[in-house]
Amino acid sequence: MAEQATSLKNRSLRPQPSPSDRRSRMKAVANNLILHLHPTQIPRPALKLTYTWGLGGISTLWAFILILSGILLMFRYDASVERAYTSIQFLETQIPFGSLLRSLHHWSGNLLLITTFLHLMRVFYNGGFKKGRATNWLIGITLLLLVVTFNFTGYLLPWDQLAFWAVTVGTSLLNYIPIVGGVISGFLLGGTEVGQNALRNFYAIHVSLLPATLILLMAYHFWRIRKDGGISQPERAKGEKVEKLTTIPYLVQIEVTAAMLLITTLFLWAAQVPAPLEALANPAHPPNPAKAAWYFMGLQELLLHMHPLAAMLLPGIVLFAIAALPYWDTRSSDIGIYFRSKKGLTIAITGVVFSLILVPLLVLVDEWWIDLPLMLPFLSTLISNGLIPLLLSLGGLAIIYYFLRGIFSATHSEALVGLFTFVTFSLFILTLIGVFFRGPNMALVMPF
Amino acid sequence: MTQQTTQTDTSKMTRRNFLQLGAGALGLLALLEMGGASLAFLAPRKIEGEFGGVVKAGDVDSFPAGSVTEFPDGRFFLIRADDGGFLTVYRRCTHLGCSVSWEADKNQFVCPCHASQFDFYGSVENPPAPRALDTFAIEIEDGQVVVDTAKPQTRDEFEANQLVYT
Repeated sequence: MAEQATSLKNRSLRPQPSPSDRRSRMKAVANNLILHLHPTQIPRPALKLTYTWGLGGISTLWAFILILSGILLMFRYDASVERAYTSIQFLETQIPFGSLLRSLHHWSGNLLLITTFLHLMRVFYNGGFKKGRATNWLIGITLLLLVVTFNFTGYLLPWDQLAFWAVTVGTSLLNYIPIVGGVISGFLLGGTEVGQNALRNFYAIHVSLLPATLILLMAYHFWRIRKDGGISQPERAKGEKVEKLTTIPYLVQIEVTAAMLLITTLFLWAAQVPAPLEALANPAHPPNPAKAAWYFMGLQELLLHMHPLAAMLLPGIVLFAIAALPYWDTRSSDIGIYFRSKKGLTIAITGVVFSLILVPLLVLVDEWWIDLPLMLPFLSTLISNGLIPLLLSLGGLAIIYYFLRGIFSATHSEALVGLFTFVTFSLFILTLIGVFFRGPNMALVMPF
Repeated sequence: MTQQTTQTDTSKMTRRNFLQLGAGALGLLALLEMGGASLAFLAPRKIEGEFGGVVKAGDVDSFPAGSVTEFPDGRFFLIRADDGGFLTVYRRCTHLGCSVSWEADKNQFVCPCHASQFDFYGSVENPPAPRALDTFAIEIEDGQVVVDTAKPQTRDEFEANQLVYT
């Protein structure tokens, strides 16, 4: 025994004494595969919680939990129409910790979507896409889309009513894309309707294609942060010195503490609130109302008001504009400053107020008073219910932009803050309307 | 210096250029082959016995005039008009693919997903559905209604010539 201990003493795997001086702390970070994702030292302001809110790190934590719980779930799941639902029921009722694992996977998947989106908002608001960070901004957006696809493909797997109809509606949307839409949806579904082929395809995409892509892109995303010179920071006057702190212990300590708190909270929540499972999928009878997953309710709400092609083009154009931001807003002097300036904050609040008033108003007006196809019967619905609302929406966005520039004599950067805020809050409000205010036959109802 | 060499090199085909070009072309070909093979591998395939065959709906006389009968396995509704003409409509809503249900008291097909409504003949009464419910071909053989569900036929709205008579 004692002999063994001494022979192990010289092995490099033996725990090293904790580094105590600045130099050995930096060395410890640089020589460790995982810690090496971090720089060896960080400017003090970059560590402030209210600067990053730790959203990238939190998203990474959820991704890690998702991979671990997902691997376990794969051992107990059957990707066949006959057995998928029963395998979930078995998991929920018979397998030790099955319900907890599924719940953890479900909730961390939803949380990942939320934190990734908030991360995008954070990076937008403090200009983290500026000064040569265009590539990482694009990778980040791709990662967000990947997370959405993850959630969407995972949605089908329990093969319950919600799963079946959300995916039926989602893939039918693709059919409206001219020329390629039908081919893509045919490939995804492996046929014309959601059935065995679709379930198998979605399973393969969810457990192999997407995780592989996600891990590669995440690694690229982290590496790119280092290559771009660390997280964004405000420009400093010449000669101004910023204090630098070593990653051990200052950053690692925060990360470990936050991770432990979040894991504890997630486990407590997941243990209390199991993942939902509706009735077995019934291709003959959609539930009424048939709602998509909550993160698609904003899009579904748009679908109630516009031709599907327009309802896809509008978010598509907005997404394209957001992706192109590093080329659209090239002012670099306001990097690292929340809302670009004090005035930017006022403009952002104006954007929130605008969306709070305009979006519910437009939804009500379209629901009760305006019926474009009926008012313009001589036009095809593609124009009356598609092109016209699409152009009106885009025109509205342009008016808001010029209004903000005029009223606040705002810079281009600041007006874009207002526009971005308006768009994200509109999405938020549309989602709320879809989730809480739509009843049977998707009619407007009060939630209480 | 190096730049100059590259410039002169590209202007005429040296052995090195030829080999580089050839390697590039072969690499591209290999990529295309792999892509094509993957596409062929992943292409949707029809499973035998799945939806899309010929359905014998039943005796002509078993469907009274002015009735709508649902065939869940065939994914269609068989409509018999007041004048005795037959029409089948595919239950898939033309908006986003939810299954419509027949509500006899309202004399309407209703889609619960986005509230589209269709009349007795499947024409749109209330959008967002962009066109009438799709139809399937019907033949009357020996007093039997036979429906071919292989290919849904699209139409903008109901017209009298879509009805099939005995």
